[in-house]
Amino acid sequence: MFGKLTLSAIPYTNPIIMGAVAFMAICVVAILGAITYLGKWKYLWTEWLTSVDHKKIGIMYLILAVIMLLRGFADAIMMRTQQALAYGSNMGYLPPEHFDQVFSAHGTIMIFFMAMPFIIGLMNCILPLQIGARDVAFPLMNNLSFWLTAAGAVLVNISLAVGNFSRAGWLGFAPLSELHYSPGVGVDYWIWALQISGIGTTLTGVNFIATILKMRAPGMTLMRMPVFVWASLCTNILIVAAFPLLTVTLGLLTMDRYLGMHFFSNSLGGDPMMYINLIWIWGHPEVYILILPLFGVYSEIVPTFSGKRLFGYTSMVYATMAIALLSLIVWLHHFFTMGNGADVNTFFGITTMIIAVPTGVKIFNWLLTMYRGRVRLDTPMLWTIGFLITFTLGGMSGVLLAEPPADFVLHNSLFLVAHFHNVIIGGVVFGVFAGLSYWAPKIFGFPLNERLGRWAFWCWFVGFYVAFMPLYALGLMGATRRMDHYNVAEWHPLFIVAAVGAAIIFVGISLQVAQVIVSIAQRERTRDLTGDPWNGRTLEWSIPSPAPAYNFARIPVVRERDAFWDMKQRGVDLKSSTFVPIHMPRNKAAGFIIGGCAFVLAFAMVWHIWWLAIAGLAGVIVTLIRHAFDDDRDYHLGADEVRRVEGLHGRVEARSM
Amino acid sequence: MSSDPIVMQRGSLALKPGYVDHAADALRDLRQRGDAVDFQLDHHHDAASTIQLGFWIYLMSDCLLFSGLFATYALLNSHTAGGPAGRQLFDLPDVLTETMFLLFSSFTCGLATLAMNADRRNATVGWLAVTFLLGLGFIGLEVHEFAHMVAIGAGPDHSAFLSSFFTLVATHGLHVTCGLIFMAVMMVAVMRKGLTSTNRARLVNLSLFWHFLDIIWVGVFSLVYLFGVTH
Repeated sequence: MFGKLTLSAIPYTNPIIMGAVAFMAICVVAILGAITYLGKWKYLWTEWLTSVDHKKIGIMYLILAVIMLLRGFADAIMMRTQQALAYGSNMGYLPPEHFDQVFSAHGTIMIFFMAMPFIIGLMNCILPLQIGARDVAFPLMNNLSFWLTAAGAVLVNISLAVGNFSRAGWLGFAPLSELHYSPGVGVDYWIWALQISGIGTTLTGVNFIATILKMRAPGMTLMRMPVFVWASLCTNILIVAAFPLLTVTLGLLTMDRYLGMHFFSNSLGGDPMMYINLIWIWGHPEVYILILPLFGVYSEIVPTFSGKRLFGYTSMVYATMAIALLSLIVWLHHFFTMGNGADVNTFFGITTMIIAVPTGVKIFNWLLTMYRGRVRLDTPMLWTIGFLITFTLGGMSGVLLAEPPADFVLHNSLFLVAHFHNVIIGGVVFGVFAGLSYWAPKIFGFPLNERLGRWAFWCWFVGFYVAFMPLYALGLMGATRRMDHYNVAEWHPLFIVAAVGAAIIFVGISLQVAQVIVSIAQRERTRDLTGDPWNGRTLEWSIPSPAPAYNFARIPVVRERDAFWDMKQRGVDLKSSTFVPIHMPRNKAAGFIIGGCAFVLAFAMVWHIWWLAIAGLAGVIVTLIRHAFDDDRDYHLGADEVRRVEGLHGRVEARSM
Repeated sequence: MSSDPIVMQRGSLALKPGYVDHAADALRDLRQRGDAVDFQLDHHHDAASTIQLGFWIYLMSDCLLFSGLFATYALLNSHTAGGPAGRQLFDLPDVLTETMFLLFSSFTCGLATLAMNADRRNATVGWLAVTFLLGLGFIGLEVHEFAHMVAIGAGPDHSAFLSSFFTLVATHGLHVTCGLIFMAVMMVAVMRKGLTSTNRARLVNLSLFWHFLDIIWVGVFSLVYLFGVTH
């Protein structure tokens, strides 16, 4: 009846896991209770869960990302404390099979359920505003993408309480992830969580490419688009180009595990190395899918806070495209040691090193934008300068790793771990925090607390160096990644320093939580009434904060790059006298229902509950067909309502009232 | 001198005495169509063309999905692990029949599109029905082929070659099945509501999808079956 699922699947004998589960359960019950107590269920359902408004979907993505950041960071703290303790006769507090789950979950969560939702959340909140659009191309599909991502995230968290998670690392290398070596449900949880959220991401890619290509305001030619839009375009093209390969790779592994096929097995002609190739053909573009949008964010922040236009716009655009293209032909540098021969390794080593050129172009463009500008050191700019320093350092260790001979020594060592955290924390994490603090007034209508933001930045910045510089040294001293225990006396002090660094970052994250709470508490005092708190340059700052549901009462006509700056220079009046009804998409439950059914399907597949899996799949198909026959999809927001909302923000010309 | 009306208004023109009247005219003119200079009240996006672009992008992503499966097959088709290879298993006449079913279904799908363009509702549904039956026949033959192979002990779990063969061909078959569901829904929709603009846009997507699957099948037929029998 319930497949492999029995009561013994709940690890109630393990106090660490049960403590975490209890904590999660308390949080969930508290939130559900609060919603019930406040009577907000209907509001939540009609205004948020079923919303097709890209700004609300964006906020839901951001909330998901922050929750998963806390979860992923808890894993990081566990690893750092384990490695600080587990030297010599001390075995630490995590047994190997638990430690393996922790590092697998940490990587999976941070990439798929923290970084990706954070980036897609920022794109949702800002991108349509920057191109002067009233919505994305496919609003309901946007909602569906979110729920597929959320379903994957819930699946990862459920695995903590029911069964276990994968022990095969964040990319589930075969043949370790094959049934023979990983017989439990852990790898299946990993497969289905990624498969579902990956399909959601592919749909996001389709949606944003169509939005950027088709829905720009009149006059906004491609070369007048803000660089964040350019970066997002390249990113979404990479998503559509790379994610189908993830779908295939996971699908083939599923065939091996569920139907006894032999794609990646050690027997009957299977080829495990094909798995490594396939997963990295997706995986390397994925790394650039993570960083490119943040390059875009920095390119928005630097000109705004330097009071200058971006230096080298055209070279920035071409550099972004060059990086996107090159990212597709470097995947093999993840396994130089596989035995491809010198020629192949040389080719991929060179392509990898070439990426440093367009990246260097970008770094110099940002520096030259700041040169002789009136640089304001608000929090977004602090994160950006932190990024410039940290990312450049991480990039250089990357070029070092791109040399096959050096890589043979450093492969799978903590040097590598230090390198990719150097670029991912220094680039992606600093970038999403920069973007969030920059756009918070536009997204929420009030800014994030500046003082706490600064303190959080300094904790992150210092904490990062204390936590990861020792890892470079450890790597050179021979320490490999993913160790739950070691016997080398010289390593021990460095691991302790690294744990101190993680503790400093913990203080930073705590300050950020406090920052959110304080900012919400003070919102009535700090509300952004101007719509343009930073003296911005792009169109999102030309409308009120937070953006009204329809974004633009009138569609701006673009004449220049930095369209809003141009409007301000020409003294264009933002007040309007005439209003027209605006065509709006209607909120729909279909996305939520399909996401829910996909979750049921995935959970049932993990536990081999076939009837439930069929029910989940049927739910998806029936909902799609029902939606196809639903004609009530849009409505017109009346001109009077638009006038009323604009009036609240003082955007109505008085003489016409 | 800028032709920009606002620059004209604020800049040099207003300062020159001889042009005062002209500037006042320009100002009045600007007031009247002020919105059109810096703003438009509405900006029309062609929804149908956006949907079609979105569908094309999806098709390209699907194409890449198949490219992964083709590459896998190309690598593994020699990994028979001592078991049967393609030339012992494939029955070309059967596969040719199967191929003909799908090619003709593409033709009738095209006829359905022509009927749609000629505003002939019943003919559209009729040709869709013929396409549906041909597609169903294709799936029937494929299932028959698979059942036969499993029965003679050449199922997907017997070698890497067979795994990659079954997965590639069945993924195509699964797509055709989805296409059949799509087609059935569209037949009902057109019968109920006629050739509305929504239905037309979807029928265009359906035919794109169907022809796309035909092209993929040409790849399968050549790479898997023809190549498999001759090598």
